[in-house]
Parts: sequence; C-alpha cells; structure tokens
Amino acid sequence: MTAKVEKAYQKLLQDTLKRLQEREFGQAIRIQVGSATCENAAGAQQVWQEFEKNIRTSGRTDIRLHRVGCTGRCSCEPIVGVLIPGKMPVKYERVDAELAHRIFVEHVLNGNPLAAHVLDNAGDFNADWQIVVCDSRHCGACVNGSVAKVFRAALEEAELGPDRVRISEVGCLGFCSVPRPEGATTVLVRPSHTAYNVKTPEDARRIVREHLIGGHAVEDLRVTELPISLNYFDLYGDVAFFSSQNRIALRNAGIVDPENIDEYIRYNGFRALAMALMKGEPEWVIEQVKTSKLRGRGGGGFPTGQKWELTRKNVRDMCYIICNADEGDPGAFMDRSTLESDPFSVIEGMLIGGYAVGAKEGYFYVRAEYPLAIRRIEKALDQCRALGLLGKNILGSGFSMDIDIRLGAGAFVCGEETALIHSIMGKRGQPRIRPPFPAESGLWGKPTVINNVETFANVPAILTYGAEWFARVGTENSGGTKVFALAGKVNHTGLVEVPMGTTIREVVEKIGGGVPGGRTLKGVQTGGPAGGIIPAHLIDTPIDFDTLGKLGSIMGSGGMIVLDETDCMVDVAKFFMAFCQDESCGKCTPCREGTKRMLEILERITSGKGTLEDIDKLERLAQLVKHTSLCGLGRAAPNPVLSTLKYYREEYIAHVTERRCPARKCRALIHYEIDAAKCVGCTMCARNCPVSCISGTRKEPHVIDQNKCIKCGRCFEVCRFDAVARV
Amino acid sequence: MSTHCCCNGSTDNREAVMAAARAALTPEIVAFIETCRADEHPEGQLIRVLHKVQEHYGYLGQDQLNAVAQLLQVSTSKVTGVATFYHFFRTEPRGRYVISVCLGTACYVKGAERVSEKLSEELGIHFGETTKDGLFSLNATRCLGTCSLAPVVMVNDDVFGDMTPDKVPSLLEQYARKAQKESQQKEA
Repeated sequence: MTAKVEKAYQKLLQDTLKRLQEREFGQAIRIQVGSATCENAAGAQQVWQEFEKNIRTSGRTDIRLHRVGCTGRCSCEPIVGVLIPGKMPVKYERVDAELAHRIFVEHVLNGNPLAAHVLDNAGDFNADWQIVVCDSRHCGACVNGSVAKVFRAALEEAELGPDRVRISEVGCLGFCSVPRPEGATTVLVRPSHTAYNVKTPEDARRIVREHLIGGHAVEDLRVTELPISLNYFDLYGDVAFFSSQNRIALRNAGIVDPENIDEYIRYNGFRALAMALMKGEPEWVIEQVKTSKLRGRGGGGFPTGQKWELTRKNVRDMCYIICNADEGDPGAFMDRSTLESDPFSVIEGMLIGGYAVGAKEGYFYVRAEYPLAIRRIEKALDQCRALGLLGKNILGSGFSMDIDIRLGAGAFVCGEETALIHSIMGKRGQPRIRPPFPAESGLWGKPTVINNVETFANVPAILTYGAEWFARVGTENSGGTKVFALAGKVNHTGLVEVPMGTTIREVVEKIGGGVPGGRTLKGVQTGGPAGGIIPAHLIDTPIDFDTLGKLGSIMGSGGMIVLDETDCMVDVAKFFMAFCQDESCGKCTPCREGTKRMLEILERITSGKGTLEDIDKLERLAQLVKHTSLCGLGRAAPNPVLSTLKYYREEYIAHVTERRCPARKCRALIHYEIDAAKCVGCTMCARNCPVSCISGTRKEPHVIDQNKCIKCGRCFEVCRFDAVARV
Repeated sequence: MSTHCCCNGSTDNREAVMAAARAALTPEIVAFIETCRADEHPEGQLIRVLHKVQEHYGYLGQDQLNAVAQLLQVSTSKVTGVATFYHFFRTEPRGRYVISVCLGTACYVKGAERVSEKLSEELGIHFGETTKDGLFSLNATRCLGTCSLAPVVMVNDDVFGDMTPDKVPSLLEQYARKAQKESQQKEA
C-alpha cells in the first residue's frame, strides 16, 4: 500500500508541476490581487478589472494576474503585489482603479515602483537583496542575534552598503522546522527565494561573495527541505506587521490562489495526507498530533490528539468528522479568512483527522453569512474529487472519505458542539446535556469529532514539518500559534498569527501599531461574548489558554477587540449581554431568564437608574448563571460582566452613586455644553442640530437648551473650535 | 395499521395534497427535495431546503413551509420550529433592498448604534420592519467579519464601510434612485 500511495502522490505532484509550467507560474511577471470578502468590500474587484484591461491593451503576454486570498492586513486593503522575477516583491496598499493603472504603467511596464503607495512605507524594494534572519525571541532555537552581526561584518568587508543589501531581523521564521547541522541558523535571501544554513562567519562571507556578488547560489549551504514560512517571508518579510508574526495555520493565506488546487499542492499541499496514508497507521497520526500539543482553536482548548484518540476508541461501525466553521463571535473573522484564502489546508486537515479516527464522512458546518467562503469550499471540494483526493480510495490507499457542506442559519449557539450536531441533523440548534460527549455519541448517534477551522488548518503542518517543532513554537502546555482577529481601537486592524505565549502588548502595540488618535489603551477584550476584558495593566500577560483563563477571560476563537479611554466598560458588558440574551436558545432557565435579568440591570445602570444593590444583584446572578447553565453559551455569558466588575468596579459605582459615566459614553448620564470662551459664533452647531435646540446670534457664543437636547452629539462632532464639551 | 397512517401518505387525497405541495414550490426546489429523500437521513437536509426556498422567494411563507413539510415528510411543527429558531430565516416578505447594520463588537465601539438610529429616523421604521413602499427593510445583523471597515452597513450584497450618520441620506437616495430607474426601464 505504501508504494501505491507514494506512486500516486508523485504522479499528482508531477502532473501539478506540469500544469503550473504550462501556466508559466513563477516565471512571468505576476500581479497579485487580494480577493477575500473584506478585500472585495474595499474595492479589490474593480482593481482586478482595471489590471485585466491594462494587460489586454498593453498586448503583453508575459504578465499574469494572480488572485490570492487575504493577507490579514485589513486596514490597508485592497493590497496589490507586483512580483517581477529577480526583483524584490513590492506590495501596494489601498489600491483603487486609478492607482492600479499607475502601478501598471509606471512599475510593471517601466520598472519604477511608486514609493508613496508601498504597503506600510516599506523601503526595501530599493535594495538589491535582503537577508532575513530570525531574532529567536521565542524559542531560542536559532543562534542568538549573532547571525545578523556576522552578516553585517561580511557585508562591510565586501563594501556592500544598506542601499544594496538589507538585513532584517524578524520574529520566528519557522525555519527551525528544517533539520540542520548542530549550531547552524537558517536564513532567507530575498528575492531569490533561497534558504541557507549558516554556521560560521566563512559561510556568511561565501553567501555574500558567491551569491550576492557572483550571482550563483551556494549549493552546499543551501536548504533543500523548504521551511514552512519561506513563501510567506519571501513575499511579506519586509513589513513590520508581518515579520513579527509566525504563520502556520495561515501559511498559504495571501500566497496561493484559493481557487486553484495546483498552487496548494506545489507548496507542500497534501504531502501530509500522503505521509499519513503511506504510514498506514492511524495511531501514528494521533500520536503526532498529541506530541504537537495542538489544542482546539475554537475556544475550548481541548487537546486535539486526545479527542481523536477517544473517538477512535468508541468507533464501532460509523463515525463522523465535522469542521466547525460557524464563526459567530462578533469581531472575529479568522475562520472566514482562512476558508477564503486557503480552503485546501482545512480540507487536508479534515481528511487526516478522518483517517486518524476512522471516519468516512465529513461535514463542513459553515455560516450562511459567508457566501464567498462557501463558494470556495465547494470549488475546493470539487477539485479534490477530480484529483482523487476525496471520495473513494484516496491516493490509492484504500481509505475513502467524502465531505459535504451544511449551512448554518444564524444561530450563535450552534457553535456549541451538541447544538451544531442537532443543526446538521436538521433540527433546532439547541444543545443537550453532556455526557455522552460527541466522541461517544454525536451525529446520528455515532462517535463524532468536531474541530474548528484553524485546528484543522494546523494539522497538515504538524505532519509535514514535525510535531516536535510545532510543540516548540508554543508554550509548555500548548503548541503552535494562534490566529487573532485584531479590531476595534487599534491602528492596524487585521489577522495576526503569533506563537502561543506572545504577550498581548506585542500583538496590540508592535503588530497592531497601538491605539490611534493619541488615546490610551483601556483594555483588550478577548474571546467574544463568552470572553472577558483584560485591563491595560495586565497586557504583558503571555497569551495562552491557561493564562487568559486565570485573568477571567478566555482565548475563545480569537477575537481581540482593543478598547480605549472612550469606551465605557459597563456599556461594553451591556453590549455582550444583549448579544447573549438574544442568542440564548431558551432551553435552560438560568441562561434564558438570567441573561434577560442581567441585561435589565445593566440597562438600569447605564441609564442612571441603578443602585449599589443592583451591582451586588448583578454579581450574584452572574455567578448563578455561570454555574448552572446547560451549555457553554450560558456558562460563559456572565464573563464580560464578571471581568468588568473585577477590573472596573469603580466605573459601575460611578454610574450608580454619582450618576456619571467616566468614559462619557452612556447617553443618559452625559450632556453637552458650549464653552462661551471658546465659541466664536460660527453657527455650525446650530445649523446641524437636528432638533434646533441651539440658539445664538452670529459671532456670539451659542447656548444649548438642555430640555430640548436629545444628546445626539452632532454639535460636538461638527464644532471646529472644540467649544462643545461632553460632560 | 400502516395503511391508514397519513404519515405514510396513504390517505385518499394523498395525490391531491402532494400536487398542491409541489405547486407551492418551484420545480427546481421540488427536484432538490426529491434528491434529499434518497439520502440516508432526509430530515437532515431540512435547513438546506429552507435556504433554497428563502433564496428563491425572499422569505419562508406558510404555504412553502407546509409544502416542504409534506414533500420532505417532516411534520409541519418541526419545519416551523426550525424556520423560527434561526435568525437567518424570515417568515415575512422583505423590502427590495435589505439594509443590514452590523452590530458586531468592532462596529459597536465605532458607532454603529448612531448609524442605525439615523437609518431608523430616515426610513421611519425599526429593526425588523419594512417601509410601506416595500423598498427598504432594516435589519440588525451579526458580525459580518469585515471589522476593519467598521462600522459596516450592507445593502443586499453591497458592503459599505466607515459609515457615519451623515452618509445615511445619500446612501438611501442612491438606492431609491436605482429603484426608480429600474422601474422606469421596466415600463419602457
């Protein structure tokens, strides 16, 4: 069987490379355009059409348009990459049709990059070469910082200045996944896509001499096994937002065409599946996943290998594997982006999981609100079937499995596994009491594995690049990375993948670029409605399932909302409570009634009618709901309330005793005043007031009639002299 | 006993009932339900069928729900239970343009509430309602996952990011004009 699979995989690979060759993939000039929902909403389709038109009219046949998924740099979308063979890749931000035309004429045709529009003002495209080295911050597996020094010396010797060769020290490159001689460090040379093992200063000198000056790769130092992040850093290694990350689950996002299986296969796709099938031992797969310390990325953090092992033990005749893509947390979009950018890695993960537990049928349970993701999964499944990677006798191994798609219909509670199973069975998505756990009795009463999108996306990387390596990337109890959807009051919103154990500060300040508008960070909300708020003074906490739990929040599926001083914590708690109350399925009393009553108390407090007794009542009720609810939704619903009460109790007290909202957010507790000393009488506020409650003559200070004012804040916004105050 | 059980479809008017059920849906949907019947677990396809019905009719009417129940051989109470449990399904017709205001966390902290108030004020309707002329429906929606553009409003499938109350009137006007133009073209 092993030989058969090996042969089938080699054939698959050769056929793929042939098809790519025919497309001249990698040789022609490539213009990459992002194409996820967020890219499209920002106008990527118009940009694509503009390039299409330009290529056609130019008559050039050596220029290809390349659709890719999302790179996660959301606030700069649409992003366009120009890849000219032998030149440093250049990425542009916020491209529209007009800029696309200029890029095409000035850069693609005439070779002059438009410096003013380059993503994050990265300047490296001017240099001829860039040497990317790992700063070894997390694992210490690379020789500490010395490699950069060695290269600097070698470059000085060769009289190559930073205008010709740049050295970038970045977060983990993931190069440690590659076997290498003791004491060697792996470096990446851009733009030639070459990785080297460097051990001695002489090695560095040879690379400078022979490769950078001589133009020939130093073959005996070259790494033949390609590291996981090579493609990613080759394309994005120059931008701080990207270089501090470590891409494992998102290793192909923004690099491959999500609608083309060939590109996925070329970048080591389905190699892990072939490896597993060649071994012929499902137990080996489970052992690997256990060694990797992969924990469920949907929020629960249950060890994946253990879940698979339990399920495998329970299988009699039939079992199922389900991918939970019902991403319902407000402010979270990791799963959408993964599915839209690299659906194949999730499918491969499911196949490997299916093989490990003995499933023959798999289901994608996807939110109906994600039409593009659904379309891409459908397309990906069809392509897999056409190449014999899905269906009967996969890669000639005798293992058969197929995957079907089931759409959710907008019920947050369906993220809970028993509710999700009910929904797939065509029922109301209400949870049931566990045990029995789905590993014993799940879909149609058979053992069932349910894992999140990100969990599955990690699985192929674990087998391909090594379980020990994966475990080393993370913390003691949790291997690998976590993807976060960074949003809210932060400069660089987007998708961020960092090793477990990275601090919140690093994510928010270094990658996210801090809070905009000179305001100060107040807290970070993690884990969606089931999570809590981590106050600013604790942001040096390393991110891990256990550490966040201790702070009263949760890892959750990876939403990370940054809050600043203008956010009222009572109001935020109210927002999440309203969400949970609305999404409560109504089956158990604590959740159904408790969330409603908690919401009423929070509404009383934010409207200035609360009492100190209300705060105590709220806390008691929160504890009760937490401990007595049937499923995860109800048990976690009080988290936002409890964590804000823990860290921001004085805000609650200010609301009830002083009738004051310290963040000046709660409308019932604020009013607007015009500072007569600052008002120049421009009449702007009076003209914009929707209820005409501002009076005053031209060039004289104006006055707000507090009885008529509806506190809409319009005057506050339009005043150009800061004369309107919110008090 | 089974010969008298209506669940097995052996009452006298079975053909008439089935024909009425088929007539209440499009031939494509009827054909899809037929293929579902061949499944090992046909009832598991209920949500998928309802998605198809809503996609075509814009909402799930009582006639359609009855027909689905009949054709899929699932009780009407179960079908109704499912149709009313999930937010995505509507049992009332909606306007030509459905305006969905994202109330995800990122949108909320960036002022989605004020955008919805302005929409309510301009349209004279609340969430879940449709304007009298049938042109606009207003919905609050769960996170659309485009948080970098917050606050976000969706009109049918078009996404509008960085919304402010100021932009609301022109947005509505844009669609009102579009509707007018389309109906004029239709007349012509």
